[in-house]
Parts: sequence; structure tokens; C-alpha cells
Amino acid sequence: MSWVRENLFSSWGNTLTSCFIGFVLAWALVPFVDWAVISADWGGSKRTDCNSGGACWVYVIQRFDQFMYGFYPVSERWRVDVVGILLVVALTLFFWPRVSARLALLCWALALFFCWFLLTGGVLALPYVETPLWGGMMLTVVLTVGGLVLAFPVAILLALGRRSSLPLVRISCTVFIELWRGVPLITVLFMASVMLPLFLPDGAGVDKLLRALIGVSLFAGAYLAEVIRGGLQAIPRVQYEAAAALGLGYWKTMTYVILPQALRHVIPGLLNTIIALFKDTTLVLIIGMFDFLGIIQASLNDQEWLGLAAEGYVFAALIYWSICYSLSRLSIKVEQHSGVHRV
Amino acid sequence: MGCITHRLYGSFLDKNLWQSVRHTAIFWQLVAVAVIAAGGMWLFGNILDNLDNRGIASGFSFLKSTAGFGISTSLIDFTEASSIGRAFWVGLLNTLMVSAIGVVLATILGFAVGIARFSNNWLLARLAMGFVETLRNIPLLLQIFFWYFAVLRSLPGPRQSYDIAGLAYLNNRGFYIPKLEFFDGSGWSVVGIVILAVAAFCLRRHRVVPRISVVLAVLILVFLLVSASVSVPALKGFNFTGGSVLSPEFVALVIALSSYTAAFIAEIVRAGIQSVPRGQIEAADALALSAKDRMRFVVIPQALRVIVPLLTNQYLNLTKNSSLAAAIAFPDLVSVFAGTALNITGQAIEIIGITMAVYLTISLLIAFAMNAFNRATAMRGLSTG
Repeated sequence: MSWVRENLFSSWGNTLTSCFIGFVLAWALVPFVDWAVISADWGGSKRTDCNSGGACWVYVIQRFDQFMYGFYPVSERWRVDVVGILLVVALTLFFWPRVSARLALLCWALALFFCWFLLTGGVLALPYVETPLWGGMMLTVVLTVGGLVLAFPVAILLALGRRSSLPLVRISCTVFIELWRGVPLITVLFMASVMLPLFLPDGAGVDKLLRALIGVSLFAGAYLAEVIRGGLQAIPRVQYEAAAALGLGYWKTMTYVILPQALRHVIPGLLNTIIALFKDTTLVLIIGMFDFLGIIQASLNDQEWLGLAAEGYVFAALIYWSICYSLSRLSIKVEQHSGVHRV
Repeated sequence: MGCITHRLYGSFLDKNLWQSVRHTAIFWQLVAVAVIAAGGMWLFGNILDNLDNRGIASGFSFLKSTAGFGISTSLIDFTEASSIGRAFWVGLLNTLMVSAIGVVLATILGFAVGIARFSNNWLLARLAMGFVETLRNIPLLLQIFFWYFAVLRSLPGPRQSYDIAGLAYLNNRGFYIPKLEFFDGSGWSVVGIVILAVAAFCLRRHRVVPRISVVLAVLILVFLLVSASVSVPALKGFNFTGGSVLSPEFVALVIALSSYTAAFIAEIVRAGIQSVPRGQIEAADALALSAKDRMRFVVIPQALRVIVPLLTNQYLNLTKNSSLAAAIAFPDLVSVFAGTALNITGQAIEIIGITMAVYLTISLLIAFAMNAFNRATAMRGLSTG
């Protein structure tokens, strides 16, 4: 009771604010909860099963598989599930204290190759599934993870290059980074989808997904490079001097001394970049790919399920929100954790 | 003897060592340049081949050709007979307009929410936190779609519009707002108003002439009264006449952009306020400043030094994010130029090149302006926190 008085009704202004917010919340939330939960339709299989006036979750439930797998053939969807499980396992490797970073990286590289072959198929009696059939959450994850994996080595080289003592290397890396950071992702994607075919030799047709991946990874690479550069700057000079005293050359200094420390410093920053990238992959729908948001957006125009924009967007928002929010909590946790162990 | 040997040998070694280090450096840089140049040549050669094969003429003459398409929202006159070059300017001006309005709204909202997180009202602080955590973690494109398709396009038609105090109307065709209409030949009074407004802004802290800003405000009002009238939208038949209309695309884009960016700005403001040392707040309390004055005169000016450089990034992001307009067909630069014009002319390289160059220029200009502002605010007061 005293808590309420202190935090909500301590003064006239305070009381007024509390009442006003309470009123607005009640005005907005009560109808929303009523729409989304109380009078919503959950069971059924057709549009006509939704007749209570609330949200028509039947549509989301009926379409759920498509939202997750896109147009991936139903009989082959177990391959996507295997890849999903594999990714989660591979992700936990990084947070497993007993596994060395090198082993984790090796596992990752192997896992990614395996995933790519499993998803595309065409080998070992697995039917070939062409990439235009990929879609939904699966495509979103492929774009995020694939973009990151392609971007990461580039980003490390760019970050090192930008801090290089060789002026020409430094200038070209700086220009490259700032070029991608200065333009919107859409123009990069347009470039990748329209211009890239012109850049390549005639006849070297590149898959649309691969083109989008190249665009995403160039863009993400520039941002990652800046995050990694922040970590490199945080490494004290004595570390370089100690490495030099041991007679290590430039690449050995970087691989064994500087980068392991620098990357550990910037894990929260990397996670934030991953969150941003995960949200940004929605832009591929503008170049005509059906990622998670894209496939929901497309399904809203289905003649059988018209007028369900609110349901579709609320569902999409809920999924995106839970993933991004958990990642951001993870980033905060890692930050606090590393703060304890920092010297 | 030993000394001389050492000196000779040492200087010889030093020189050699220095030269070898320098030569290695030059060597690696040349390698880097050679790799970049070779890659560039290869790509360029491919482009020439491809353009040749496809029969696409390169060059910028397409900018003078007739557009052949209309644009719904335009700050300058544009018809189907106008040139593609003019369509470029229409798109650029729309991008700049959306960004400018978005930046202003996002800043106001972001500061309000950021400061509200420190409110001693629990409900308000939580609400501010909820705002930030919700908007930050949902893709901007989804938010734009939500506002456009689920909210604005689902509004009732003109006859059942939402009436806002009889001055503005909201329906599925857009947001109808009152408009200032200047009488013919009132150009000079517009100039006068602008001069007065600038004077009012410059003299707002002037203490020699008392109430100078009030005088100027009254003068501006008088100028407005003699030179312009307000046109209020009114329902005539099936649609509204008078006033001006903001298209649903524009409203959705501005709401989504500014609230999304505001969530990030609020976090920056919070970090800035938290960076002000506790001693400063205690000192303000010791001077018996009220909570409002403490915020306004002690905390915010010092927090600004942390906030402004970070704000630059958000303004840049907002400007770049305004390109998502293409998804709901608001005619911004990307939508009109890199979308429609590209499809019509097929000049991919030139058009994407120009579009990217424009965004790069805008980014550099904003960064430059904000750095200048940063220097100005950093100089005032203490140099170290």
C-alpha cells in the first residue's frame, strides 16, 4: 500500500499522470486482450469458422507450416528440422566452456557445409530442392546465419585493414566500410539482384538467394568490421609489444594474441549486430523473396483468407519480438558476465 | 675501435633494416592495389561485355527522356511528360521531406520517452520501458506494414471519417489537415515572416529588449493574418475539398520511422542521463533547484555531450531507413528512381550508382552537420566531465 502511494500517488501531478495512463491502458488493452484472446477463434479449418468477431487465429494455425518452411516440399521438411537442431547445437558449442574456440569453429564450418547440402539436396538420394522454394522463417534464418558466416571473415580482414599501418590498405578498407555503411540495405539488395549479374562473366548465372546473401553479407560485413575494430582498439599496446618480444609476426600476433581477446570484448556488440541483421533480412521481400514477413504478407492476399492483416502482423511481431528480445537479454547477460571477469 | 665498428655496423644495419621494413610495406601495399585493380578491371570488363551483349547503352542521357509515369506525392510539379531527371528530384525531395519530419518527431518523442524512464511515477517509467522494448525488437518493415495495411488502410471511408475537432479528418484515403493558403502576391510577407522567425530564434535569449520574442510572435501573426487564410477540409459529396491531404503511405511511413527511431533515441538519452555524475545532481539539489530545473539546467546540458554523437547515427539510420518507403509505394528516391525509373529504362548501373551516391552524400552531410553541432555543444561549459 505504501509502495502504491509512493510510486503512483505521491503528488497531485503524479496522481493525475497515473490516472491518465491507467485510463489509456485500459482503453487500449482491454479491447486488445478481448480481441486477441477472449473472443478469438482457435479451432476450425476455414475462414467461415471465424465468426465470433475476435481474432481469427485459425488462419495462423492453418498456415503455420508454410510460415515456417515456405514452399519447401512437405515430404522433405524433416531436412529443415535437422538443420535447425544442428544450428542450435552448434550455437551452444560457443557457450560451452570445455570446447576450444578452434574446435567450435571447425564444427561450425563442417556443420554449415552439411546444412547447405542437406537443404539443397541433389546428392545421396536426397531430392534436389531449388532455392526459390525456400521461404518463411527458414529463409530468414538462412539469410541471417549465411550472411553472418560469409561476412565474418571479410569483417575481420576489413577491421585489421582499417587499423593497418600501410596507408593504401587502410584507405581502401576505410572507403569500403564507409561505402556500405553509408547506403541503405535496400539499395545494396537492389544492387545485388539487378547489378550483380552484370558484374559477372556472361553465363555465370547466380542464384537469387545467393545474390541476396552476397548483398546481405557485404552490408553486414561493413557493420561487423566496425564492431570488431572497436574490440581491436580496446586491446592495450603492451599486448602487441609482448607478442613482438616473443618474435611473433603480424599474422601470428593477430591470430593468437590480439583477435581472441578483441572478439571476446565485442560479443555484446556482435549480438546486437546479429539482432539488427535478423530484423533487416525482412527487406528481401522487396526484391521478391518470401522470408518470414514476406510469406505472411503474401498470404494476406489469399482470396480465402482476406481481411486478416491484423492477425498476420500481430503473429509476425510476436515471433520477431521474442527472438530479438531473447537475443538482446543474452547480449546483456554476456556483457555483465564478461564485466565480472575483466581485469 | 669497438665503438667505431659498432657505429658503422649499427648504422649500416639500421639503414638496411629501415629500408627493408619500408620496402616490405610498399611491396604489400602494391600487392593490395594490384589485387583491387585486377578485380576492378575484371568486373568492369564483364560489365562492358554484358552491356554489349544485351544492347544496353551506357551513359546518362536517359535522364532527359520522358518519364511516362505519374507520381502521387510530389513537392514540385511533375506530370507524365516530365523527364526522368525530374522524377529523380521528386524522389529525392520526398526522401528529404520524410527524413526531416521523421528526425524532428523522433527526437521529440525519443527525448520524452528517455526522460520518462527516470520518472518517479512507476507507471510512466514502465510504460516508457515497454515502448522502447517493444518497438526496438520488431522489424521496421513490419511496423510500416502494420501502420499502413492494418491501421490506415482499414480506416472507414471519407463519409465515416474520424473527425478531429472539426479541423482534421482521418479516413482510408489519408489524413486531411487544414492548410495555410497565401493570397496572390503575398510573397514579400512570406519573406518577412521567415526573417521575423529567424530573428525570433536568434534573439530568444536576448535580455536587452524585454519580451522581444513576444513582440516578434505578434508581428508574425499579423503578417499571417493579412497575407493568408486557413483552408479547412470539408466533406463535399464523396470526398473532401479544401485543406491538404497527407497520403496514408506518407503517414504510415512517418509514424513507423519516427516511433522506431524514437525507441533507439530514448535508450541513448537514458544512457546520456545516466552518464552525468551523481555529484552534479546532488549539487543541483543543494542549490534547491526543482526537479524540472535540475533536469533542464544541470543534467540535460551535460548529458547532451554523450547524446549528440550517438544521435548522429540514429539520424543517419532514419534517413537510410526511409528507403523502406519502396515497400508501400510511397514515392521516395528508391521507390521512384531505383524502382520505377529503373524498370522503365533498364539503366541499372547508372541508376543504382546515382542512388547510392545520393545516400552517401546525405550521410556525409548529416555527419558533418552533427559534428559541427557537437563541437559547439562540447565547447560550452566544462571541458571535462
